[in-house]
Amino acid sequence: MKHGLTIALSKGRIYKETLPLLAAAGIEPLDDPEKSRKLILDTNHDDVKLVIIRASDVPTYVQYGAADVGVAGKDVLMEHGGEGLYEPLDLKIARCKLMTAGPVGFVEPKQGRLRIATKFVNCAQRYFAEQGRQVEVIKLYGSMELGPIVGLSDLIVDVVDTGNTLRANGLEPMEHIADISSRLVVNKASMKMKHARVQQLIERFAAAVESE
Amino acid sequence: MVQDRWILPQGIEELLPQQASKMETLRRRIVDLYASWGYELVVPPLMEYLESLLVGTGRELDLSTFKLVDQLNGRTMGIRADITPQVARIDAHRLQREVPTRLCYLGSVLHTRGEGLAGSRSPLQLGAELYGHAGVESDVEIIALMLKTLELAGIKSLHLDLGHVGLFRGLAAEAELNEEQESDLFEMFQRKAKPEIEAFLEGVSLSSDHREMLMALVNLNGDVSVLSQAREALATAGNEVQQALHYLQATAERLQQSQPELTLHFDLAELRGYHYHTGVVFSAYAMGYSQEIARGGRYDDIGRAFGRARPATGFSTDLKTLVSLSGTVAEQSVKIFAPAGDDSNLWETIQELRNSGQTVIRALPGQSGSAADMGCERKLVFNNEFWTVVDA
Repeated sequence: MKHGLTIALSKGRIYKETLPLLAAAGIEPLDDPEKSRKLILDTNHDDVKLVIIRASDVPTYVQYGAADVGVAGKDVLMEHGGEGLYEPLDLKIARCKLMTAGPVGFVEPKQGRLRIATKFVNCAQRYFAEQGRQVEVIKLYGSMELGPIVGLSDLIVDVVDTGNTLRANGLEPMEHIADISSRLVVNKASMKMKHARVQQLIERFAAAVESE
Repeated sequence: MVQDRWILPQGIEELLPQQASKMETLRRRIVDLYASWGYELVVPPLMEYLESLLVGTGRELDLSTFKLVDQLNGRTMGIRADITPQVARIDAHRLQREVPTRLCYLGSVLHTRGEGLAGSRSPLQLGAELYGHAGVESDVEIIALMLKTLELAGIKSLHLDLGHVGLFRGLAAEAELNEEQESDLFEMFQRKAKPEIEAFLEGVSLSSDHREMLMALVNLNGDVSVLSQAREALATAGNEVQQALHYLQATAERLQQSQPELTLHFDLAELRGYHYHTGVVFSAYAMGYSQEIARGGRYDDIGRAFGRARPATGFSTDLKTLVSLSGTVAEQSVKIFAPAGDDSNLWETIQELRNSGQTVIRALPGQSGSAADMGCERKLVFNNEFWTVVDA
């Protein structure tokens, strides 16, 4: 950890929807990650940098202080466990739902174990265990919708926004697991040692979220 | 499978000569420091029966502890993951003194799961405990000794984070949360997950006063002004909360007086070690390192399980972390290379040099390599009938 402030963001929807919040805090990136290949973006402040990483890596970067703060989806945080992080603010962006989904008209067999394809292994295990349902979880890295079609799994657990991808593949959303939106996450040591700075960022983000 | 790579298990590390010598230098200085403050060294065993290792410490420590079965009687033993409960047992059960007792310790612990950035599972835990006094003075002494330890390791620009578990505990008790609710709320407080705390508090039946105070608590962190904010925000809270605030204020005043250069940070919702701490909690951070480097607090109840409740406060840190952060270098004396041979004058000269604290390495007959190859800057040569030390 250095002086200054490093902010971890993922490309795509979270980046786009975080830009107005950053602007409210007076931070403007000097490059566009969609056009530039740079992984560290300079901003209009010399000592504020943005690191552009995979969404699922944001908690890890912030937990270990490689970034002071970051923006991560609640789905990613639930999967990560959130250990060693503060999550003081719901940014109310990149909203969706974490759900189970299966073939239209799927009837759960009375016996045997369901097979669940997902990239949210921990979330899926926790969800089914809480209900006392014994399942086998199959870890996939993407295109979960294929699972039930090709017979790899009975159901899937995934984030659902419009549900269009599910329907296009003959699936339907079933059980609601959690509402998802992006959170501001803060490294514990940064919260303590760079308190004034981090606190100011939290307050400006909070005000911007409030006025939406 | 390739068998000959000699890879160590994940998170299990060893120290090679340069680092080991740096660590040993620091270890000696620290043990001397503690002795000069009147802290007596104890050496608890590497393993003992699980019950006594885990008394009053909560589930976290249970998960961190490696277990095995005693082949003599079938009882479960644990390899210690924390030395503090062992030292508490020694104070309460073995020493049973009436006067305040100051103990220190240093030893290997093992963790089932890696902690921190490097994920070490084999830290060298080092710490000091003060038993038999309930009051600000003993907490301040322990904090001062912790800071002195870090200073000795050459770690600069320290931040001290101060909190008090009595605030959350008091508010949770007043709000009459049941055990499950308190544990859920505790988990959210650890993450300062304000949106979730808000939703949770909406969902339980509480007076609006208690709801507001619990919400205020999660925001109470920052510089010393936090304490006056807390007095205002928690003004209607009960006795336990008021006493905790008062205690924190007194601790802060004394620290500011005795350590004016120290940066104090307050986090009244900090609940590290909540399951066994009973009062003030603290941890030290240094700029450039994104994890806490030393931690401690008051834990007045732990001795009860060992038959004798005594007030207690203490801190611990990891010597390996201190070595890796330490700016100081090992004290390295200049090494002198001495030739082989059984000349009695040579032997006497070598003895004299060694007695005066210098390092002398003897060549072995027929060995290869010069003085420089052996890491020696100087060497013994026979000159004008005397053995003299010259530059190699």
